[in-house]
Amino acid sequence: MAEPGRALPVPTPETQGFWDGAAAGELRLQRCDSCGKNYFPPRPFCPVCASRKVSWFKASGKAVLWSYVIHHRPVAGFKPPYAIAVVQLAEGPRMMSNIVECEQTPEALQLDMELEVVFEKQNDTITLPLFRPVAAKG
Amino acid sequence: MRRNAVTVVGAAETTKLGVIPDLSQIGLHADAALNAMADCGLRPKDIDGIATAGETPVQLAHYLGITPTWVDGTSVGGCSFMIHVRHAAAAIEAGLAKTILITHGESGKSRVGAAGRTVPPNSLNGQFEQPFGPMGPPSMFTIPVLRYMKTYGVTEEQIAQVAVVQREWAAKNPRATFKTPISTDDVLNSRMIAYPFRLLMCCLVTDGGGALILTSAERAKDFKTKPVYILGTGESVETPMVSQMEDFTSSRAFRVAGPTAFQQAGINVNCVDHLMIYDAFAHLPIYGLEDLGFLPRGEAAAFIAARNTAPGGSLPLNTNGGGLSYMHSGMYGMYALQESVRQMRGTAAAQVPNAQISVCHGVGGMFAASGTIIFSNQEP
Repeated sequence: MAEPGRALPVPTPETQGFWDGAAAGELRLQRCDSCGKNYFPPRPFCPVCASRKVSWFKASGKAVLWSYVIHHRPVAGFKPPYAIAVVQLAEGPRMMSNIVECEQTPEALQLDMELEVVFEKQNDTITLPLFRPVAAKG
Repeated sequence: MRRNAVTVVGAAETTKLGVIPDLSQIGLHADAALNAMADCGLRPKDIDGIATAGETPVQLAHYLGITPTWVDGTSVGGCSFMIHVRHAAAAIEAGLAKTILITHGESGKSRVGAAGRTVPPNSLNGQFEQPFGPMGPPSMFTIPVLRYMKTYGVTEEQIAQVAVVQREWAAKNPRATFKTPISTDDVLNSRMIAYPFRLLMCCLVTDGGGALILTSAERAKDFKTKPVYILGTGESVETPMVSQMEDFTSSRAFRVAGPTAFQQAGINVNCVDHLMIYDAFAHLPIYGLEDLGFLPRGEAAAFIAARNTAPGGSLPLNTNGGGLSYMHSGMYGMYALQESVRQMRGTAAAQVPNAQISVCHGVGGMFAASGTIIFSNQEP
């Protein structure tokens, strides 16, 4: 029997656009058509001005590492130690994620390091946005 | 006397604290409630208001035989009880109830009759945090701290010092779970839980409860207990998701609740003799000292490391030993309130001499909510 995997989201009508985007390889955020605010997590109105005129858009996928912990206890779907991170997206919002293709150590995980989104398919409906370091450009 | 002033006339914790496998969660509520009623000579028929979290006020009213004219089931985590005190004071001032019981009980360690802790996978937390591997507060409440440390140049040694100082207070409290002194090295060599947090920077997990009884200051004169006056109160909430805090170096909920309470009390931080700041983890007293205005941003860790909050220091903080050493059932706020009341009554195990004003500041969830209560033993 396969080992239990990580906890997976169950989308709601208000968040479906985000998860559809991830499955299509796009990091989708929302923007208020009235005041221009970019926001996350998804909801069908602007959390700043309460306008219902909002649109989905494809974010750049660029981010920096804002803060994290390196978890040392066992959690289904993870091999400790692993980082639970919050990234600061170029468009403004922050989101929780994991940092992949990187040693899970304080030395390798430097705050403000540049990251880019990668997508990890979990099943036919759920794909998670994760982040990896942008390779240093020589 | 200020018109409509409200007081704490009854206060007690459960008979035992620590590991209590012979009482369920509601039993811990009831044990604390009975002790608080005995403390001030009341019976259930004398109580006309009830507030609680963890259990519903319906369950507690029925279990204890209370017929309330006012109920409050605000449940926003460990500071729910500070918020209950605030709501109860307003209710008594408004004449909605005369004698209000606030209860807490939690089988945090033994998990007898306790609710589960699952996060619904269709909630915002379930969709946008749980898939990335957190497991409860030790892995989430701590996430903002590296950003704080980088912003202000704070070290792991300084955060460890919070736990060291609080163990010194705990050593003076016979009911504290951990009383053996610890060094900074002990903290920094304890097991890594979620870098940069090690075991001794995290709270205990124990069983227990506590209860408060509030009434008007006018009626308080009929009680044998020394009245503890409520000078000011504040509350707020920010976000259920720690990843969505506006500022990782400061809590917006703290910055609303704290100043609201100080403004109502008509005092400033220099008037404070005794302070409780809910410490589920070692960084919370640091955030609290700054967000309540005791210190400029970035200076609280050095202030604690310089022993200003230790026994003999200028600002006695978490004098029961706190959630790090005294006890922590899960919703610790009630125990902070109990210690503030003991300090104002002059009955604390580590009594601060001549203390007249105590500030009790709570957090709920992971920086999700906050409540602040300012007590005094002097008639306002």
